Amino acid sequence: MVKKGSVFVLGILFFLTVSGAAIAADSLSIFWAEWDPATYLQELVLDFEKETGIKVTVETTPWGDFQTKTFREFAAKGDSWDIVVGDSQWLGAGATQGHYVELTDWFIKNGVDKSMAPATVVGYAEYPKGSKKYWAVPLEGDANGWAYRKDWFEDPKEKAAFKKKYGYELGIPKSWAQLKDMAEFFHRPQENRYGVAIYTQKDYDAITMGVQNVVFAWGADLGDPKTYKVNGVLNTPGGIEALEFYKELYKYTPPDWGNVFFQGNNQAITEGLAAMSMNYFAFFPALINPSVNKYAKGTGFFANPPGPGGRFASLGGQGASIISYSKKQDLAYKFLEWFIRDDVQQKWAALGGYTCNANVLKSKAFLEDTPYNQAFYETMFMVKDFWAVPEYAELLEICQRNWHQYVVEGKGTAKEAMDTIANDWEKIFKREGRLK
Amino acid sequence: MTVQTINNAGAKARRGLSDLTIRNLFIIPTIVFLILINIFPLFYSLILSFADYSAVSGNPPDWIGIRNYRELLRDPHVWESLYLTMKYVVISVFGQLVVGFGIALLLNRKIPAKGLVTTLLLLPMMMSMAIVGLFWKLLYGPSWGIINYLLGLGKFVWLSNADVALLAIAITDIWMWSPFVMLLSLAGLSAIPQHLYEAAAIDRASRWFTFSRITLPLVTPLLLIAVIFRTLEAFKTFDLAFIMTGGGPGTATELIAIKLYNMAFPQWQTGKSCALAYILLIMIIGISNIYIKYLNKAKER
Repeated sequence: MVKKGSVFVLGILFFLTVSGAAIAADSLSIFWAEWDPATYLQELVLDFEKETGIKVTVETTPWGDFQTKTFREFAAKGDSWDIVVGDSQWLGAGATQGHYVELTDWFIKNGVDKSMAPATVVGYAEYPKGSKKYWAVPLEGDANGWAYRKDWFEDPKEKAAFKKKYGYELGIPKSWAQLKDMAEFFHRPQENRYGVAIYTQKDYDAITMGVQNVVFAWGADLGDPKTYKVNGVLNTPGGIEALEFYKELYKYTPPDWGNVFFQGNNQAITEGLAAMSMNYFAFFPALINPSVNKYAKGTGFFANPPGPGGRFASLGGQGASIISYSKKQDLAYKFLEWFIRDDVQQKWAALGGYTCNANVLKSKAFLEDTPYNQAFYETMFMVKDFWAVPEYAELLEICQRNWHQYVVEGKGTAKEAMDTIANDWEKIFKREGRLK
Repeated sequence: MTVQTINNAGAKARRGLSDLTIRNLFIIPTIVFLILINIFPLFYSLILSFADYSAVSGNPPDWIGIRNYRELLRDPHVWESLYLTMKYVVISVFGQLVVGFGIALLLNRKIPAKGLVTTLLLLPMMMSMAIVGLFWKLLYGPSWGIINYLLGLGKFVWLSNADVALLAIAITDIWMWSPFVMLLSLAGLSAIPQHLYEAAAIDRASRWFTFSRITLPLVTPLLLIAVIFRTLEAFKTFDLAFIMTGGGPGTATELIAIKLYNMAFPQWQTGKSCALAYILLIMIIGISNIYIKYLNKAKER
């Protein structure tokens, strides 16, 4: 009896020592959304472990849950993760509410502001914009672009029919208007073929990311970033026309396309449903993989075309921030120092991650590596982002609701939707003391 | 004396803990648990509902009295959501009542394999809401869904269509929860004394007369219980609608629970969402009180 008891106690002691040792060993935890780039990152960090002996785990959660889960942990001041690869819109909340460690000195000392492409430094690292204060290291560059059925577009019969109908050559659209013509041309419901797949989901920021593309291209903007004035900046005649244009595009989507985001838009290509599909570049690797996309050979890619007010694309992508509640911030710095090295960035790009390193982006090896890298490179110089202020989630809810109501539900007019958003946003900016 | 003491000690050791200790051992953890998980959040959220507060911001609550309540009750979107929720509750509870009671009437006779049929009919309500939502989303799919195929509707769009999206969710809810109404109705039906029917048969009462004067009044109390449960559940519906439409298209299916979730989590308006939760709580208590009054009346009869 005594023996049994002491064996048990010894066992517990042994377990405690071993698990204690395991906890004491150097390790880092990175939190990100569940998607291919996170898998590439998990592969990349194996090199870091080899070099330093520090084990890095990339923890993930589905996109729909990513924001809620992260901020829940922030609210609890939890240290489950040391680094979060957070969305660009979170910067304001992360910076002003004290969830992110300020990296400005480290950032400048290590020349990150020089080595990364300028748009990515502004988009993923800087808050407030133009302040030269940095809170993250640009990790995954991303933006909206297009996948299209090159095989349909290059079919001589289609080309001839298109030219007869529209009077110009069928090819990569040179303007949004051309893109709509092509969508209309390929929209053949009786053949189960549709013109275009666009973002329409109501959750989080989906339809906003899609509508932004055209709003910017029609010369409107989400507001004045300095004065926070929205009226007269968003609801301009151009902005209203852009929203009407987006609704026109919605006519040429596959049936029941009213609640679709990146997964659905990739499926539009892999299932041979749509001629063109809007999506983040980060989702394109799947489309050139023949085991996922049986039309991989016939799939091509292009960057957003210009509109009457210029050429722009919605910024996606994330930066890596050190969480203030982490107890291993020194290790986190060490990891980021390793991550920004040119050779690591090269490896990151080779694995399928979208590096933001300007030198790697410009290199011939990168541009020719995949059919979409060229379009990605072009896009990263014309990106614009949503508001990154701490109250961004409230702003998002308002535009998501109004744009979805107009585009999908078909309620009200484009002007009403834009006016409501402008007024409601200004109300919030006034409450926060941003708009005088 | 010595023997007695030894015996007492032995009995005590054998019995181990006293009754009082055992009672405390069982009750105290439960009470502590209840206070921590239920009572404390209930009061804490009531207090927070009077503050401008965001749990994620790190700033202390700013006490603003009843402003949250005033703003919410004046917000047309909240009223729109409440109206939608009411519509949803009426369609789905009425549907469940008709279908569930109908099936119960069919089953309330001697048929072969009655037990098996009843068990199979209960399957929908044993499934997880999220799973039911996901596969009904597929069933409604215009390109490959079986519903359009069976009904011959071609490429009819259900979930992105503002006119029928709410109905589509209600139909799913009816499919899932009719068995619950059926179960309660069956219990009620089988408790009706057979001699009443025999007496009615001797008097040559019509079928309709038998149904409306004997069956219905005697089942009503149980049906009302089913209605109370289902109304409360339908009022709180979140999972089904969130998975099937996310509250869209536009705001066509933005039930009040989805509105509350959006306010509380993606937007982190903690104070305001607490206030909305309290408004809902009061409404639910009010509605269930009306039912309970009817239930008591029905029982008296």
